[in-house]
Amino acid sequence: MTQTTSDILPAGQPDARGAAAITANAADLPHAQRNGDALQPPSPAPPPSRRDTSLRRQRLLGKLAIYTTLIGGAIALLIPFFWLVSNSLKTDQEVSKISQILPAVPQWGNYPEALRRLGMTVDGWAVYFPALSNTVVITVLCVVGQVISSSLVGYGFARYRFQGRDTTFMIMLATMMLPAQVTMIPVFLLFRGLGWVDTLLPLIVPAFFGTPFFIFMFRQFFAQVPEELLEAARIDGAGHLSTWWRIMLPLSGPVIAIVAIYTFMFTWNDFMTPLIYLNSPENRTLALELNAFNGQYGVENRELLMAASCVTMLPCVLLFFAAQRYFVDNGASAGLKG
Amino acid sequence: MTRHTRRQLRLGLLFISPWIVGFVTFGLYPIAMALYYSFNDYDVLRDPVWVGTLNYRDMFTDDVFWKALWNTLVYAVFSVPLGLVLSLLVAVLLNREIVGRSVFRTLFYIPAIVPLVAVGMVWLWMFNGDLGLVNYLLGLVGIEGPQWFADASWTKPMLVLSSMWQIGGSMVLCLAALQDVPRSLYESADLDGAGPAAQFWNVTVPMVSPVLYFNLIIGIIGAIQEFVKPFVMLPDGGPDRSGYLFAVYIYESAFRYNNMGYACAMAVVLFFMIVVLTWMANRMVSSRVYYAAE
Repeated sequence: MTQTTSDILPAGQPDARGAAAITANAADLPHAQRNGDALQPPSPAPPPSRRDTSLRRQRLLGKLAIYTTLIGGAIALLIPFFWLVSNSLKTDQEVSKISQILPAVPQWGNYPEALRRLGMTVDGWAVYFPALSNTVVITVLCVVGQVISSSLVGYGFARYRFQGRDTTFMIMLATMMLPAQVTMIPVFLLFRGLGWVDTLLPLIVPAFFGTPFFIFMFRQFFAQVPEELLEAARIDGAGHLSTWWRIMLPLSGPVIAIVAIYTFMFTWNDFMTPLIYLNSPENRTLALELNAFNGQYGVENRELLMAASCVTMLPCVLLFFAAQRYFVDNGASAGLKG
Repeated sequence: MTRHTRRQLRLGLLFISPWIVGFVTFGLYPIAMALYYSFNDYDVLRDPVWVGTLNYRDMFTDDVFWKALWNTLVYAVFSVPLGLVLSLLVAVLLNREIVGRSVFRTLFYIPAIVPLVAVGMVWLWMFNGDLGLVNYLLGLVGIEGPQWFADASWTKPMLVLSSMWQIGGSMVLCLAALQDVPRSLYESADLDGAGPAAQFWNVTVPMVSPVLYFNLIIGIIGAIQEFVKPFVMLPDGGPDRSGYLFAVYIYESAFRYNNMGYACAMAVVLFFMIVVLTWMANRMVSSRVYYAAE
């Protein structure tokens, strides 16, 4: 075994290994420990010197500072959530008493009332909630459209060699920089000409033409699929479309998941597009309805506004916890690492 | 051109055709039309009337335009670097050998997934001068909090502060980059006698600089286009329009005042603002970005 840097240090100076262990991340840790165990000098450990104890104290203080900062930061970030939920369960009077952290009696009735004011009507077993059903329809269709179109285009960029392909790909990536404000008005006038204003179509149709970032992710993934697989499919008589549909798509589960989750989040949360296109109450989305709610009842019925906000963000929070690893692990870094 | 290459071209174009159609319809055509409308007076009801550079000249004498431009610049100049530093700081702490790292990572990320309208609602009431939690907490430590919504000098700081809630995305990218830094670099730095601060500046920062650079550019583009939160929190732009941002002005010019030509001209200006700022950021930092792989 080769000598590691920490082993050639003179005894009594464990700084390198100590510091390295602190900066080590989880993936590297077993490796470090393995080396450390194997290369430990057989001589008995030297008695702790004053330098050692002060070092240890220093390291302990460092840890304490790190945990204090992290815990403090986490609490600061969670306070708004806590405050939101707590206020959504308070009575009208309690909301004004800021020093009262929790409601005396949780007012669960705030939630049905908030839903009612967001436009939900219940008639026996029939529930009519246009804001929610519109949002769900738009979101689901956008997810389907993005996965199909982005993977098709990504497949084209990854597996076919043609003149101008790489230039086209670069142009596509460059369009990610294009601000929405520039295209927003002519696109609106275009949809207006088609008579699509105040329908859900302008919010759905663009999703069927692919999005550069998702196309990029699909392309990176498809480019890595071994040629033999495609060859085998071709020998079995699969056409080009069916190779994409039967071989490529089933392989790309993780990318589909990322694209679906990001599209869901983006569409569910989108505010500007519905704001531009949707006017009549029966066509509004949840985000629009929440903003309208604020204008109408926000000042007098703050507890209801808070409850309505909680309802709007709940699907996103649930999806986040269900699919956490796609957000904080591979999802976020997939685009950069390629 | 052989039969094979022709076939590859035809099939390749067929597969990427959804994007090409989309690019022409929702990219090229709108850009050309935005430029065209920017030289017209167009209120949607009547046909566009060519007015030359009048829309652009109007901007010079439009106080609201300058105010919105200034507000947006101030917002970007403060929120982007602050967010960058904070997300790197959190990522560095999370990259230490700590218990419960994934829990912390989740907690710091969660605010980034909340719908922006709901985020607006949260901060609308968090910052409320009399009934908000922010001023209440400030009062507990003996500081009399300002009237965030009524005081023209506090609306922009409020927008900047509230944007710090959602640094999760850039924090996660920083963390992923930090985890890729080879440990041997720190070991050698240690041998050379570099302390924690020197290691941070000479090892950590250069090694994660590509991600910092990416976050900087994305941050600038996002900040210049900031729309939902200011629109929801300060519908009329706040006192003296001190929280009126550029994207909000473009939206209102187009869809509230039906001034499509002027709105398009401002959108063109916004586009060039992004180009110039990105170019400046590029000039300032790109020579210091270190790509280990190249």
